[in-house]
This record gives sequence, structure tokens and C-alpha cells, in this order.
Amino acid sequence: MLASWQPVADIRQLRQRAQLLAAIRQFFACRDVLEVETPLLCRATGTDPNLDFFASQFHRTPATQTLFLQTSPEFAMKRLLAAGSGSIFQICKAFRNGETGRFHNPEFTILEWYRVGFTLQQLMDEVADLLLGLLGPDLQRLSVLRISYQQLFTQHTGLDALVFERWAYRQFADGQDYPEADGICGDDHALWLDFLFSHCVQNKMPEDTLCLVFGYPAVQSSLARLNPEDARVAERFEVFINGMELGNGFFELCDADEQEARFDSEIAHRRQHSLPDVAKDKLFLAALKAGLPDCSGVAIGLDRLMMIVSGCDAIAETLAFPIGNA
Amino acid sequence: MATYSTNEFKGGLKIMLDNDPCSIIENEFVKPGKGQAFNRVKIRNLKTGRVIERTFKSGDTVESADVVDVEMQYLYSDGEFWHFMVPDTYEQYQADKNAVSDAVKWLKEQDICIMTLWNDSPLSVTPPNFVELSITETDPGLKGDTSGGGGKPATLESGAVVRVPLFVQIGEMIRVDTRTGEYVSRVKE
Repeated sequence: MLASWQPVADIRQLRQRAQLLAAIRQFFACRDVLEVETPLLCRATGTDPNLDFFASQFHRTPATQTLFLQTSPEFAMKRLLAAGSGSIFQICKAFRNGETGRFHNPEFTILEWYRVGFTLQQLMDEVADLLLGLLGPDLQRLSVLRISYQQLFTQHTGLDALVFERWAYRQFADGQDYPEADGICGDDHALWLDFLFSHCVQNKMPEDTLCLVFGYPAVQSSLARLNPEDARVAERFEVFINGMELGNGFFELCDADEQEARFDSEIAHRRQHSLPDVAKDKLFLAALKAGLPDCSGVAIGLDRLMMIVSGCDAIAETLAFPIGNA
Repeated sequence: MATYSTNEFKGGLKIMLDNDPCSIIENEFVKPGKGQAFNRVKIRNLKTGRVIERTFKSGDTVESADVVDVEMQYLYSDGEFWHFMVPDTYEQYQADKNAVSDAVKWLKEQDICIMTLWNDSPLSVTPPNFVELSITETDPGLKGDTSGGGGKPATLESGAVVRVPLFVQIGEMIRVDTRTGEYVSRVKE
């Protein structure tokens, strides 16, 4: 079927989106956070095995260089932080290959910001302030729930997210009519958590609630620091509204050596699983070596936020031209 | 055997699952921002008709099911099997009770049905959306009665029982929607 030239989102939606962007800019202007722009097309990209990227060829006669569309502006923004920018925010496009569905469009709008000197708790406060301020009057009454990953996970599964016992996880999955889980997840703790959290926890989050889930298991730490008191937990949180994941925040890892070691293990994992090869971002690592100030950062998917603001069921309805007719 | 990647999943795709041919009804992409992507799929087992949900790890592959829909003419039943023929090739197929299933009550000789074949053997039969069948049994209605009222049950030549308006009589031919089992109209001969 030929895609229509007409936009999917209606004009009222586009107006709402413009208002949302203006309100975000005003929020940060009031708090003296600097708006920045970083390249979407970079010579390196993240090594995260769960993120598939778009690569492109830059013809720079006589040579050709591979450039990557960014899965998030994180590395470049941290280079600015290391250079002494102070707190910064950015609203830009991010690209994730292979991600399409009711909540995913391979090209999407991301709001990412970093607060120098903020603890993760302070950043969580700011996330709640921002989101509640952006929602319409009927949604501003959302209650805010802060809960640890471990507590939320136990509440809905009876399992301990920090202690992996495959038989117990399997028994629970079987009981929930997910006999396929064991074959998919095997001995991979992180994979089990992804499976059980997305199938059995997320959909049971309380309604009309902005849910801030903190203390992610260290096996899902990604770019976050580990908790100095309990190395099983990472300084990471996610924010959900009515069970929909909106954003992900970290107390940022500053240790260049540990960061490089994580890259190396991700690259090894990619090779093991025949995923496309990526090189470490050397400029990012050099910035970390020079010194990233203590900071917390978070990224929010603005198209999903638009889904909530405008009451849409699918991300495509918030976009003028989603991938189907881009 | 051909395989499909989860990226190719969409409604109508025929795959093998637990050794049975299945048809995908719905496919939802589920991905935690920093985690593994899954495909949560609603699937109909084409042998049993049962609908189940199953999760796949995105990027995994599954075997395709060799299932095709073929238009065939219904010929006759010998009591044990129902015999069908492909009009173009005169090739004949015999379907058992399992494959014919609920379609049996709408089958009329010469009608064109959709036969779903799996590995070239009959899996299921879908009758035409509308069939014309004569009434073999119904209470006599009052002459001059127009439609309205609740109607009455009528048994058709194929064995199906449908509700018809009171004025419809034994021996008359009626048109029925097989998807809903509802009377549509009388057929003038």
C-alpha cells in the first residue's frame, strides 16, 4: 500500500507538541540550565548490545568514513560537561535501528539533561517537577510514587531481583503462563529481569501514578555508578507514567577505566553474538580521563510523553510522519 | 524449510509452533529502553483453532508453516470424508471431520469454499460468506405475516439451524451469512 502524503498527527497535535517544547525550554531557562546542540552524526556510537544503530557513509574524497546516527546525545554532552559547560540540556532526534511498534519509532525526539552536582534523588525531584508541570490540569493530579526496583519487583513477582535463582524465576514464569521464558533467558540474570519486568511488573504499576523506580540491579547498570554501600545496586532510575516507560536516569559513571572496561565487555558480547562491531568512542573516553564533574543525567522520550499529553494509543499518532510514511 | 525472523512477524504470517501450524494474529514489539527487545505475539493454532500468546526474543527465527489457501469446489460427503476439487486442475482432496469442523453445516454441493492446506493436506475449510440453502423443516407461519417479531427456527438442507422470519416456509430457498449464522433474505427462483 502506498503511504499517504498526509501527516498522521493532526494539526492540533502539532500545536500541542510545539507548546510542550516551549514549556520545556522555559523550565530549564528558569533553572539556568544551558541549551546545547551536539552532532547527530558522529564517528563513534555506543557499544550497548541492546541498541542497534544506523550507520552511514561519509564521502570525503578520496576516502570514505563511516558515521553513526546517534542512539542518544549522551557521549557528546558528557564531553561538554568535562569541558566545564555546567548543567546542560538538549532536545534532539535520536535513532535506534529495528525499533518499531506501538511505543517505538526508529527516529524519535529525546530530551536529555545533566545536572552538575545533583544527586540522583535531586534529579528525580526535578524529573517529577518537570513532568507534572507539562501535563494538562487533569493529569497534574497524578500521584508520585518512589519505589526501589527490588521492592516493586518483589511486590509483583515475589522474587528477589538482586538474587538470581533460575529455578525460582522459572517457577514463577511458568505459573504466569510464560513457559517460554526459561528457553529465552537461560542463565542470563539481566535478561530474566527484562522479561519479568516488562511482562509481569510494568503492566501492574498503579494507575494515575508517576512512578520513579530507583536502585536498578547492577547487572543492568549500563552507564550508571554502582551504589557504594551495595554493589548489587546501580545508581539508576526510570520514570513511568501508568506503566509506560518515559525516561532513564543515572548518577553518571566518571571513572574512565571502568567505563572502558564496560565498553570492552560489551564489544566482546557483540562479537560473541555476531552483532555489528563498534569501536569505543575514544573522544568520549578522553573526556572522562580529563575529568567529568559529579553529575546526574536523564533522558526522556518526548514522543511518548506526547502520547500521554494528548491521550494517544500509539506513538505514530503523535508524529507528523512516522516511519510508515516518513 | 524456510524461516522467518521476528522482524518479519505480522498478522497472517504462518509459522510452526510446537509442531503445529499457526497463524500470527497480532505482534507487539516490547523493549525496555536499556534492555532486550521481545516480540509478544498472539497466535492462532490452525489445527485446534486455539489462540495463545507467546513471547520471542527479537531477532530470533522460527520455522515457516507451509500453509496455503486454495479455492475448491465441494463435491460430496461419503460419511467419513468430505471431498473437494480444485476447479482448474480437477485435483481432488478429502477432508476429515476435524478439518471440516463447523463448516460442515454450511456445505452445499457445487459451492466454492476456501480450503486451507498444510503440507498439501486439508487443514480447515472456510465456507463462502453467503450460502443459499433450502428449508427442510420449520413451523408453518401465518399467511400475510410480515417480518418483525422474533422469528422462528428453521432447519436447512445442510443441517444448519437459523432463525428466520415467520413468513418463510418449508421448501423456500434462503440466503444466510455463514460468518454470523444469520438469515439475510429469501431467494427468488
